[in-house]
Amino acid sequence: MNIDTIKDGYVIDHITPGNAIKIYRLLNLDKLDCQVALITNAKSKKMKTKDLIKIGKLIDINLDKIAYIDPKATVNIVKEDKIIEKKKLKLPETLVNVCKCNNPRCITSTERNLNQIFNLTNKKEQIYRCHYCESTLEKDHFID
Amino acid sequence: MRKENTRNLIDIRDLSTKEIDDLIKVANDIILHKEAYAHKCDGKILATLFFEPSTRTRLSFESAMLRLGGKVLGFSEAASSSTAKGETLADTIETVSGYADIIAMRHPKEGAPIVAAKKSFIPIINAGDGGHNHPTQTLTDLLTISRKKGRLENLTIGLCGDLKFGRTIHSLISAMVRYKNIKFILISPKELRLPEYMIKEVLDKNKIEYIETDNMEKYMKDLDILYMTRVQKERFFNEEDYMRLKDYYILDKKKLSTAKEDLCIMHPLPRVNEIATEVDEDERATYFEQAYNGVYIRMALILKCLEGRK
Repeated sequence: MNIDTIKDGYVIDHITPGNAIKIYRLLNLDKLDCQVALITNAKSKKMKTKDLIKIGKLIDINLDKIAYIDPKATVNIVKEDKIIEKKKLKLPETLVNVCKCNNPRCITSTERNLNQIFNLTNKKEQIYRCHYCESTLEKDHFID
Repeated sequence: MRKENTRNLIDIRDLSTKEIDDLIKVANDIILHKEAYAHKCDGKILATLFFEPSTRTRLSFESAMLRLGGKVLGFSEAASSSTAKGETLADTIETVSGYADIIAMRHPKEGAPIVAAKKSFIPIINAGDGGHNHPTQTLTDLLTISRKKGRLENLTIGLCGDLKFGRTIHSLISAMVRYKNIKFILISPKELRLPEYMIKEVLDKNKIEYIETDNMEKYMKDLDILYMTRVQKERFFNEEDYMRLKDYYILDKKKLSTAKEDLCIMHPLPRVNEIATEVDEDERATYFEQAYNGVYIRMALILKCLEGRK
């Protein structure tokens, strides 16, 4: 399968199979007017199979969102057909307006204009807790 | 009006062990020398903002401020505030900040005091937020334990009833893990067990010994403290579950037959059926004394929060 190389944009590489679609949705890539390629189960020497996403434009992307879904992914920034930077991701200490609290008793369920904030409380097990009610963040409970 | 130096109490973990010890010391001094504190808050106003009903906590806060010579204003249910008109908590707090010198707030939503503290430029004391935290109840409990047992270390503490939604339980555990040689017996039906995060991130993390059981009688003889809690109807979404679990434990004279002579029976109150009224006559029943202590520790806390403020 041939996918065009990109002149300016991003290649989000080494995504764990199955995660590319989540990143695509969370970054709202369907709203872009440029070329976006989402490849799943591509062959990889390092990972056997991987997902990757190519974005044909240098847009503002929230690396914390990508890192939250897949901290092992890498983000390559492409300018004038060349990779000018490879960004390694790490699990963000705080997530702001990425996910929403699922606890119906949490103040975020009623108070308007409140940021949804989650803090990383257990790095090893990747557990985030709501800044307000301390409920555990349910994986993939994203803000629409 | 700035809030950088505002002293709030949102969570019992906000206080160092020394600060807790100092509050207990001041509360004990207040008990002995009430007159000496009668004018410490002359000219100060406490706002009690209770978005959820309460008897003990609200009245003990009001009593505490009145005994310190201050005045109180506030509301006792959300329906009598502008919340009923759709006002945000943030706006209510910002407004009340200009009407009083300190706020004691109870709110049914968990984490509400964090929102309040961010907006307020006067101290916020969390008087209970949903099933989350209730730090002034914990201070009351610590004062009571310290007065009855003469120590906060070397204790086997039985916690019985609703350990899942019981905010007083979560706050008490978080406070007690800092003291030496504390062991917990966690007595509850399996549906109301202590949440896993409390086990992992509080008990296990602090290497605290604990036993989970549904059998109260089995461990009665080992306990220094028996802390009973009510199964709270307001925390259930399902009436059927509440009805099934509400009378799971009823402490009576017979169940106390194997208990130590100096056992301290505590309850944050209100109780429903979980402690039979016949236990009230038992010298080991401490729950009303515990409620009285609530005034003195809140007096100490108000003084601490207002310290150095004009």
